[in-house]
Amino acid sequence: MLVYLARRPSLVILLLTIAALLALVAAITFGSAGPSASALWPQLFRGADPITHSIVFDLRLPRALTAFAVGGLLALAGVAMQVLLRNPLADPYVLGVSGGASVAALAAMIAGLSVLAIQGAAFAGALGATCLVFGLSHGAGGWTPTRLLLTGVVVAAGAGALVSLLLAAGDPAMLRGMVYWLMGDLSWASSPIGLLALLLVAVPVGMLAARPLNVLARGDVQAQLLGVAVGPLRVALFVSSSLITAATVTTVGSIGFVGLVVPHLVRLVVGSDHRRVVPAAALAGGILVTTADLLARTLLAPRQLPVGALTALVGVPLFLMLLRRAHPAT
Amino acid sequence: MANHAPATVTSARPTLLSATGLSVTVAGRRLVTGLSITVSAGELVCLLGANGAGKSLTLHTLAGLRAPADGQVSLCGRGITAWNRRERARRLGLLTQVSEDPFPGTVLEAVLIGRHPHVDAWQWETAADIEAAKCALADCDLEGFETRELGTLSGGERRRVALAAVLAQDPEVLLLDEPQNHLDPRHQLAVLRLLRARAEAGRATVVSLHDASLAARFADRAILLHGDGRWAFGTVADTLTAPALSEIYGVTVSEVDLGGRRHFLND
Repeated sequence: MLVYLARRPSLVILLLTIAALLALVAAITFGSAGPSASALWPQLFRGADPITHSIVFDLRLPRALTAFAVGGLLALAGVAMQVLLRNPLADPYVLGVSGGASVAALAAMIAGLSVLAIQGAAFAGALGATCLVFGLSHGAGGWTPTRLLLTGVVVAAGAGALVSLLLAAGDPAMLRGMVYWLMGDLSWASSPIGLLALLLVAVPVGMLAARPLNVLARGDVQAQLLGVAVGPLRVALFVSSSLITAATVTTVGSIGFVGLVVPHLVRLVVGSDHRRVVPAAALAGGILVTTADLLARTLLAPRQLPVGALTALVGVPLFLMLLRRAHPAT
Repeated sequence: MANHAPATVTSARPTLLSATGLSVTVAGRRLVTGLSITVSAGELVCLLGANGAGKSLTLHTLAGLRAPADGQVSLCGRGITAWNRRERARRLGLLTQVSEDPFPGTVLEAVLIGRHPHVDAWQWETAADIEAAKCALADCDLEGFETRELGTLSGGERRRVALAAVLAQDPEVLLLDEPQNHLDPRHQLAVLRLLRARAEAGRATVVSLHDASLAARFADRAILLHGDGRWAFGTVADTLTAPALSEIYGVTVSEVDLGGRRHFLND
């Protein structure tokens, strides 16, 4: 079946679109409060009572759309980072974006700042870490993927140490909120408009840049020889994926796994042509986080689980299954 | 324009690639000093030198990938850096010594990459591009390999895929950095036959290799690099001699004549 799908990438995109719609419908149908799933839709069509209406349109729908946008954006940022660093193990957080955001956000929580101020601090921290990595690795002329990757990994490790110190130094009563933020927590999300708009811009831009990305994936020298403006393209990839990641981390914390694994998942099915990888990754990432968040809200309802743990829980078996199917007998 | 080519070689053909006073340095060492060469349409030029003599760096400098320490490179009558990237990529291609494939992909995808400068931005490859890629694959004895995964290829097959990609690029000037690495004798010969056929079709080619016998048999002219700044450029008959090869490689090379062909044997 995998071979059948690999030969028909447009069918894959169509199936993913249908799955994305189903995931969104499921995400607004199920929840810990409100009428049962079977009662909900007739009510919505007849005109629901204000509470049900509010649960669906003020709580579930914005959250489902935020989850979808976050998943799609993280998957795209992962695709960009993997091409930029020419390393299949790169993810959106590898260059320290989430480390910088986490340090600043936790510091803001300890200082007792408002949600808005915490989000502002996270964004500033993310951009600060990005600039630090860019400046340090760009410094002495050479700007090789290896140098960038090493600088990013080291800055991320430094940020990780600061996060541990902040967790240890913080008020134990705040620990739960801090840990949830670190694992990715969609209950912070308010309006999905910003992230959705970013996703709707990122997908077409990514598709327009897809052919140069295909060439860049084969090496800087190769890309230069084939007429790609390598320097500007790499800076654009770095800046855009950092901004995208910073925007998601600011809103929902660090949701791991999506940015690393969705690009691979997609490449296993549609191949490595980025004209297919970009739209498929955006859809698959969105589906994964929407589904994971639905499970996070409903599995132990009314308790909420951290969505970051659920993305991995859903994604790991899916990925291992596809990997086995794609490379049988090796 | 004055052409230094001997009268026997295609001197009426236009010069496609030329270097004047080109110096190549790396880490403060001067490998090539003041190299001046011309490569005309229809010409196959081989580049010989010991390991580390600067063959790759010279090819990369000729391709405009690195700035020369001194001198100029000109492609189709215009400075190599004056070209816009895409226009240059349509006229000049370089087969590098190593190729990277960090991501999975099929042979056809890898070869279609070579068509990049010919496909307009926002366009997909046309049937003609795919045809060009398939022709290049057939030229490299890779027919039927289109859907093979790159990861399943042998070293020699992978090398021929990279060669097919620059052939699909179809530039007027093709530079090749040791295309024969990893190839068996049959394919080593096939590559030079292919380059000779390209030359007959009016293309210009510079190829670095270590087999002086094949160079003498197929090339028109030769560049010898000594690695200390000295170089020689001329017809293969004048340049590829046993004493000159003995000097650049530091081994005793003798010349024998077999069936009217010059062969060079290492001591």
